[in-house]
Amino acid sequence: MVRGLLLAAALAALPAAAQERFITLSSTTSTEQSGLFGELLPKFRAASGIAVRVVAVGTGQALRLGERGDADVVLVHDEASELAFVAAGFGIERKPAMYNDFVLVGPTPVGSPRDAVASFRDLAGRPFVSRGDDSGTHKAELRLWQAAGIDPKSGTGRWYRETGSGMGATLNMAAALDAYTLADRASWASFGNRRGLTIASAGDPKLFNPYGVMLVNPVRHPHVKAAEGRAFIAWLTGAEGRAAIAAFRVGGQQIFFPLPAAPAPRS
Amino acid sequence: MSAILPLTVEGLGFAAGGETLLAGIGFALRAGMRSVVLGPNGAGKSLLLRLLHGLIRPTAGSMRWSAPEPARVQALVFQRPVLLRRSVAANIYYALELRGVSDAGRVDEALARTGLTALADRPARVLSGGEQQRLALARAWATRPELLLLDEPTANLDPAATRAVEEIVAAIHAAGTKIVMTTHDLGQARRLADEVLFLHRGRLVEHRPATEFFAAPASEAARAFLKGDLPW
Amino acid sequence: MDELAQAARLALRLITEFDSALVDIIARSLLVTASATVLAAALGLPLGALLALARFPGRQMLLVTVHALMALPPVVLGLLVYLVLSRAGPLGFLGLLYTPTAMIIAQTLLILPILAALASQQIEELAREYGELLRSLGAGPWHAAATLLWEGRFALATALLTGFGRAAGEVGAVMIVGGNIDRATRVMTTAIALETGRGQLALALALGLVLIALGVGVTVATFGLRALARRLSAA
Repeated sequence: MVRGLLLAAALAALPAAAQERFITLSSTTSTEQSGLFGELLPKFRAASGIAVRVVAVGTGQALRLGERGDADVVLVHDEASELAFVAAGFGIERKPAMYNDFVLVGPTPVGSPRDAVASFRDLAGRPFVSRGDDSGTHKAELRLWQAAGIDPKSGTGRWYRETGSGMGATLNMAAALDAYTLADRASWASFGNRRGLTIASAGDPKLFNPYGVMLVNPVRHPHVKAAEGRAFIAWLTGAEGRAAIAAFRVGGQQIFFPLPAAPAPRS
Repeated sequence: MSAILPLTVEGLGFAAGGETLLAGIGFALRAGMRSVVLGPNGAGKSLLLRLLHGLIRPTAGSMRWSAPEPARVQALVFQRPVLLRRSVAANIYYALELRGVSDAGRVDEALARTGLTALADRPARVLSGGEQQRLALARAWATRPELLLLDEPTANLDPAATRAVEEIVAAIHAAGTKIVMTTHDLGQARRLADEVLFLHRGRLVEHRPATEFFAAPASEAARAFLKGDLPW
Repeated sequence: MDELAQAARLALRLITEFDSALVDIIARSLLVTASATVLAAALGLPLGALLALARFPGRQMLLVTVHALMALPPVVLGLLVYLVLSRAGPLGFLGLLYTPTAMIIAQTLLILPILAALASQQIEELAREYGELLRSLGAGPWHAAATLLWEGRFALATALLTGFGRAAGEVGAVMIVGGNIDRATRVMTTAIALETGRGQLALALALGLVLIALGVGVTVATFGLRALARRLSAA
């Protein structure tokens, strides 16, 4: 009887989903929360008949989901860990997908607005909220501290706070504490609870934030839906996907840019 | 159907936690007459009923029934009626089903004989104390037991309810059921008993016809008990 | 105050307009949690009865385990279920991770110990009251257990509602094993976490209000059940 119930419950809970063709994409909160996927994925589905189920976590966790075989495709934004992921054989066929930039947000501008390293140097001692979650944004933040020659950990307990949570929770905390934080452009643009926060520094090439997409290695995980995953990667990095990425707007602003830059049309 | 009575009890004893609660009990229980178990508090009356009913296993001695599976043709009515959270009629039907009888007519009959017909559909646990005990009797009666054990069935009841219970017990007896009952109420014992088993400190001290017992108790303990000198 | 009023207005609008995304999320939440509650009841109530009535070697261990599991933080439970259902885990081949089924499993395990513990407590109490009677009437152990479960039906229904409420309000475990996938595994609590993350506090609160309304409904049902039980059984 119990098994029957389990079966009934499982069947009831999976209406239509069972026969649907889909892939699981592990990606970052920035792409999910900005609404980009809400724009892209229906177009891909219309073109291919494949649904994409997004599990949105930090870059570090997204890569680990791929490592364990719990996703078919990974779309993240930390080049160094992506390359390590591929080098270790967990992922294959990595392609640059798109980019945007990080912004330093806080109550007032710091340093020189277009020089990220100078801004970070100026941040020491000011309240700062860090993701602290091994995400792409977290890793970018740590690189900037290093370039500025500051060890933020020395400020732990005083001005440096690690939330260990997603971009949204971190932005909420920064807003509540009148603190600075590093955010990706997409999360910032779609964030609805800014209170006193404004852009404190942006535009430095060091704030470049590229996203890479790759297939989870089907040799390691035979259940990976390689054909569907490849179709998605090809679509995303192809003309249609690029156009869709470029067309996506938050508050009238373009926040993702296709990569690499569009090739000159062939004559 | 063979009858479970007479019953021969020999050397019956029960001990728990190093304490002997009943010992050396021997008697014959014959069909027909109403047997009342008397004795001061702690004499072992309730325990004896539970041993007879098979709720507790004796630690010594033997009980020889005249037919196997005696418990199936017995019923026990407790001092506090224990009723299920369902209707009056459903309480009776539940007991019948456990005996393999699914005959609603028997339910109606039991209700009628105990004057509960009008309450058949009421939740059992909202009845008055007297009505609840009548229901317990109706439930026992419906299974048509050969032996009905009653453990102080009127201890918590007012005189009117007590009288009603005694009338029902008399009717059940008249219909051919052997009655074994414990009571604190000497008046009730005089009214109902055909024979008396007098227990004292875990031993059967007297087992005699009621008239003889009340007229001339043989033991010192029984004399003191009847005079009210022993704690009930 | 402004935010609350705004959230209430938004909630009302989303609900009255039958916003398809909201309806989808609420329906999934209810389906997942109701399935988990039914499953947990089917397993937990007999387990509770067993713990209350049977004496077997290892019973004490089982009792301790059940009570310890009650205190297990949902997010730890979620992590354990994740590790088991993950492709790299022992049941990975079933492909259940990031499906409603995985969420049902997590919620079932979450409330199973609660239901088992409450049931065993309730049945133990009832057994003290009814044990002799049931044996006197000739009920075997299975029949007696079933009778006691039925006798405790109001208290057990209250326990089920408690379990339902706890499962419906839980976010950590279903986030981990469900993945909060839009139109696939997004439920009210994970949607609230997402909208909070996006700083869309009004929308998050609106969803929260729906969840609160559900909680109030469950509580009212619980009180109603208790009143009914008192009327019917003078328990």
